[in-house]
Amino acid sequence: MRRLQVKERVLVAEAQFDAQSVTDAVTDGIAKIENASTSEELKSIKSEVISALTLASKGIGALPVDQKKDAGKLMSKLRADFGRAFGAKEAQVKADEEAKALAAETVDMTLPVERKPLGARHPISKVIEDVEDFFTSMGWQISAGPEVETEWYNFDALNFGPDHPARQMQDTFYVKGNQAKDAAGFVGSNMVVRTQTSSDQVRALLTRGVPLYIASPGRVFRTDELDATHTPVFHQCEALAVDKHLTMADLKGVLDKLAVAMFGPEAKTRLRPSYFPFTEPSAELDLWFPDKKGGAGWLEWGGCGMVNPNVLKSAGIDPDVYTGFAFGVGIERTLLLRHDINDMHDLVEGDVRFSEQFVMGE
Amino acid sequence: MPMIDIDWLKDHVEVPADLTYEQLAKDLVRVGLEEEEIHASQVTGPIVVGYVVDATPEPQKNGKIINWCHVDCGPEFNETDENGNKVPRGIICGAPNMKAGEKVVVTLPGAVLPGDFKIEPRKTYGHISNGMCASERELGLGDNHDGIILLRNYGFTPAEYDALKPGDDAMHLLHLDQPLLEINITPDRGYAFSYRGVAREYHHSTGAAYVDPAIEYGEKAPAATGDPNVKPDIEVIIDDENPIHGVPGCDRYYARAVRGFNPNAHTPNWMRRRLVRAGMRSISLAVDVTNYVMLDLGQPMHAYDMDKIEGPIVVRRAHEGEKLTTLDGKNHDLSTEDLLITDSPNGERGSRILGLAGVMGGLYGEVTAETKNILLEAAHFDQVTVARSARRHKIPSEASRRFERGVDTQLQPAAAQMAAELLSRYGDGEPSEHPADVNNVVFRRPIHFKASEVARVAGLNLDVNRISDILTDIGCRVAGGGNGEFSVTAPSWRPDLNEPCDLVEEVARLVGYDEIPVTVPPAPVKGAVGLTSEQRHRRQIANELAEYGMVEALSYPFIGDEEYKEFGYDADAIKRVSVEVANPLAGNRPFLRRDILPTLAGTVQLNLRRGLENVSLYEIGHVYLWDPNAPAIPALPGGVKPTDEQLAALDAGLPKQPMHVAGIFTGLAENDGWLGDKRPVDWSDAVEAVRRIAKLLGAKLTLDQPAAADVPAQWHPGRAARVMAGDTFVGMVGELHPHVNEALGFPVHSAAFELDLDALFATLDGKPVQAKPISTFPPVKQDLAFTVADTVSADQLEQVIREAAGDALESIELFDVFTGDQIGEGLKSLAFAVVFRAPDRTLTAEDSEAIRKAIVDKAAELGAQLRA
Repeated sequence: MRRLQVKERVLVAEAQFDAQSVTDAVTDGIAKIENASTSEELKSIKSEVISALTLASKGIGALPVDQKKDAGKLMSKLRADFGRAFGAKEAQVKADEEAKALAAETVDMTLPVERKPLGARHPISKVIEDVEDFFTSMGWQISAGPEVETEWYNFDALNFGPDHPARQMQDTFYVKGNQAKDAAGFVGSNMVVRTQTSSDQVRALLTRGVPLYIASPGRVFRTDELDATHTPVFHQCEALAVDKHLTMADLKGVLDKLAVAMFGPEAKTRLRPSYFPFTEPSAELDLWFPDKKGGAGWLEWGGCGMVNPNVLKSAGIDPDVYTGFAFGVGIERTLLLRHDINDMHDLVEGDVRFSEQFVMGE
Repeated sequence: MPMIDIDWLKDHVEVPADLTYEQLAKDLVRVGLEEEEIHASQVTGPIVVGYVVDATPEPQKNGKIINWCHVDCGPEFNETDENGNKVPRGIICGAPNMKAGEKVVVTLPGAVLPGDFKIEPRKTYGHISNGMCASERELGLGDNHDGIILLRNYGFTPAEYDALKPGDDAMHLLHLDQPLLEINITPDRGYAFSYRGVAREYHHSTGAAYVDPAIEYGEKAPAATGDPNVKPDIEVIIDDENPIHGVPGCDRYYARAVRGFNPNAHTPNWMRRRLVRAGMRSISLAVDVTNYVMLDLGQPMHAYDMDKIEGPIVVRRAHEGEKLTTLDGKNHDLSTEDLLITDSPNGERGSRILGLAGVMGGLYGEVTAETKNILLEAAHFDQVTVARSARRHKIPSEASRRFERGVDTQLQPAAAQMAAELLSRYGDGEPSEHPADVNNVVFRRPIHFKASEVARVAGLNLDVNRISDILTDIGCRVAGGGNGEFSVTAPSWRPDLNEPCDLVEEVARLVGYDEIPVTVPPAPVKGAVGLTSEQRHRRQIANELAEYGMVEALSYPFIGDEEYKEFGYDADAIKRVSVEVANPLAGNRPFLRRDILPTLAGTVQLNLRRGLENVSLYEIGHVYLWDPNAPAIPALPGGVKPTDEQLAALDAGLPKQPMHVAGIFTGLAENDGWLGDKRPVDWSDAVEAVRRIAKLLGAKLTLDQPAAADVPAQWHPGRAARVMAGDTFVGMVGELHPHVNEALGFPVHSAAFELDLDALFATLDGKPVQAKPISTFPPVKQDLAFTVADTVSADQLEQVIREAAGDALESIELFDVFTGDQIGEGLKSLAFAVVFRAPDRTLTAEDSEAIRKAIVDKAAELGAQLRA
């Protein structure tokens, strides 16, 4: 360290200002810069030129006073010339080098990247949620009843007497009772696996009272073997409104709105006279589906009607004061129509390839 | 369901000449008779009238005689000979009734008969047969295949027959080209099971002129005189000792004799054609006539051989132990609820069973090919009695189908009159003028009906007179009306009209549901709006698991021995506490699940069997917990609000049905493809799912890992834990037992979880999160590695560290678990990254050293040593 200092002192002592020599050194440096293409080259050129300039600067002190000013001017010019040339080239070289480096980092952005793949909701659950959202947006509540249900709630309270022909049409799964109890006078268990979400009507009326506006989606069961159009386990959504001054006109209004929510702005509904024990008047519900395969048309969607006074009476509600409407739509049916699904198997089997088509979306 | 033939419908209502079946279906559906299907014609032509020019019998070696015939099929369809002249077709015919001079039905090459039977020229018996002379059966017109159709016998008048020309279109002549409309009848509309009823509905829909055929027949029918000096055709006694719901099984029994009937008489072809098109077989004139009247008017009838029956006829319930063989040859053990038609041989009243009332006749007493004197029965039986008998004995007959929906209570004399007239016209019978008629029909009470109900319920504002007119048109007697209130008596064919709301429906459907305005009820204001927190949580969990990479499934909840075995359940024990379906679809799966996993596993299997890999499924659904000691559920009537005690009894007997969530993981948990990372699933994937659910809900779930011996048989003894919310057990998580995975065909280490969401949700307080202030002072980060016995769980050690660190602890993360020789037998190393931070100041070196010491001291109590 010390020796170095000594050497520098020696250099300084030997410094001599030579205008030609320093000008040549800078001119030469600038010429080299023009041909340089890497940061390293630039660096070494810079260091040579700086050495020459430094040396010349130190020599100025030994010049006569009258020459000092000119020498200073020259030095400033040389520094500025070199600085400009160097700066321009350095920016260019850096940009080139960065471009090269970035080019080296280029990847195929289309490579599949799925470290955490999304799973999928089942479309049945999604449609149920869509229906729920429709009703809650109207200020209705979402209700639910048990799937293993008493015959009273599933049938009797809904005006299906024990011998009602419609009760036989329902293809009911009956639940085995306790034999000892049968001997005590009960025939069967008085329990079924519910055949319809309508079983929640009287439950909701009893627990929530009137006025009542509820939708009750859920699983229902019928003794149909699984085939392309039937499944023993399927889903419905029941809607029930009981209030003063409700008429069939209100029923039609809500149905039209639901149709639009589920099938788009051009969807609408139509009622056809029909029969259900728990509604009077009763109607089949047809849907005008603009995107129907093979052209827009009417399709069966569900059943509906004005709540039969006997149902209101089952819940202790005066049918002379209150009226109501109810309807039920099949969730599977809604999906089959909306998504052009041709085989019920796809909807109920749980093959992941089916659900993954829907993922989380509509 | 009934078939509607426009040709027959025209008997009662004026239909446009160009009415199509499509238009008829549209007209009927408007008033509630739904189209099931339009059955297209099963036959395509050409099928023409042919005149048999000659028929040459040619005996064959096998003893059969066939006829080589020439049949004139008219200029258009005849053959062309070698000289270019049109000549009759050469046709081979084996029918015994083939002879020259007959007009027959010829199916020509190109025709297709039912059963996709294509007619082509064919070489047979040494000739080219260029067409076929058809029998009824070959054309689908009936069962007759004894010979070909001879149009001479086909019910044409002599003039009509003469007018038939070779080459005439026989398709049209025999209605072979006509489709049929099959309609669905709802259970309340029994009367629409007849042309009389459908014609009336067509009238309601279109306004076409309608005449009720029962009126004229009814007027012509003789009434029972009641004069004791006039002996009726037979004595009839209704003796119902066991009415169901207090309703007599039979409230009307009308019987009328037709004597001197020609047993050789044939059913006219027009009637046979109509019956066959309606889907019934033609049997004999007497039976065909009763069926025809049933289809036309809706009154099921029975024809007895009067000479075999000994009066009185007794209508009674079956006695214990009685048996009956019905007409279809099936034997039935009768129930004391079955209503019987019996007669009284040797003066023993009601001792011989003739049939099951309104369902099916027995073998004795039926009309036969020898019957000369016929007794027609037209009765009215109770809907419930007939429905139960038909169901009990599994005989869904045409008669029972009508009776269980309700038959007109006043139709019986008219129906018998119509049948008597037909038997007289076509069978030379002489109808009696002294019918027996036991008529106990109770008059129906009029319905008090306010016209304003139509507006109140249906939302239709109609003129009072219009309402009255509509009710009159459907057959009601309408009285009053001055103050907008009516007294309405429903017609005898409408047992379904009993309440004002029934009349509202009639008015609304005849006006048309399309006329009802459309309004939207305003949003109700009572109660909370939006989803409940449970409903929201359910959605959150479902969405979270899908985002976690799982696919939602909805498996059937049916389960049985196979699944119990695969899942290592004690089948006998679990069956005792499972809901059992009395009439399962699959006999091997009569039970409902108590857990989702066994049924969800079936869905995983289905996917694996289809060659899919890395299948991870979840399901949210109910399970069913049978309580063998639950109280019995009472049977209660509808239309009356049960008492609070009764309502409690209904629910007390129902099984608990909590909502569960379950998931199964198989195959690879991580598969980054070209990125290279692959990792098979194990217990940790299931645990992470549970932890994510807990975090999502803000639930404080902990895992309680039982000793291997205490782990249920479904789970890996060393890789399963109970999921606890405080002291509440909410489910299980871990790897399935290797035996279970093997039985299910799942890869080893397949993992699962199942949580009782009802139990879990009940532990949530539902209160808003109370936010802690966020400290902006710098953290102190330390890594602490402990050596601890294998028996100490990571969770235990973490809890101890949390306690010791106190409020200054911001986060703690286990970042390394290590066992091996360096650590020592029975020991493991657990390394935690901990972050301390004070809310109000910068922690000093002394502060953090104090916390660290507290942690180390506390950990030592668990036997944990801080590693250097």
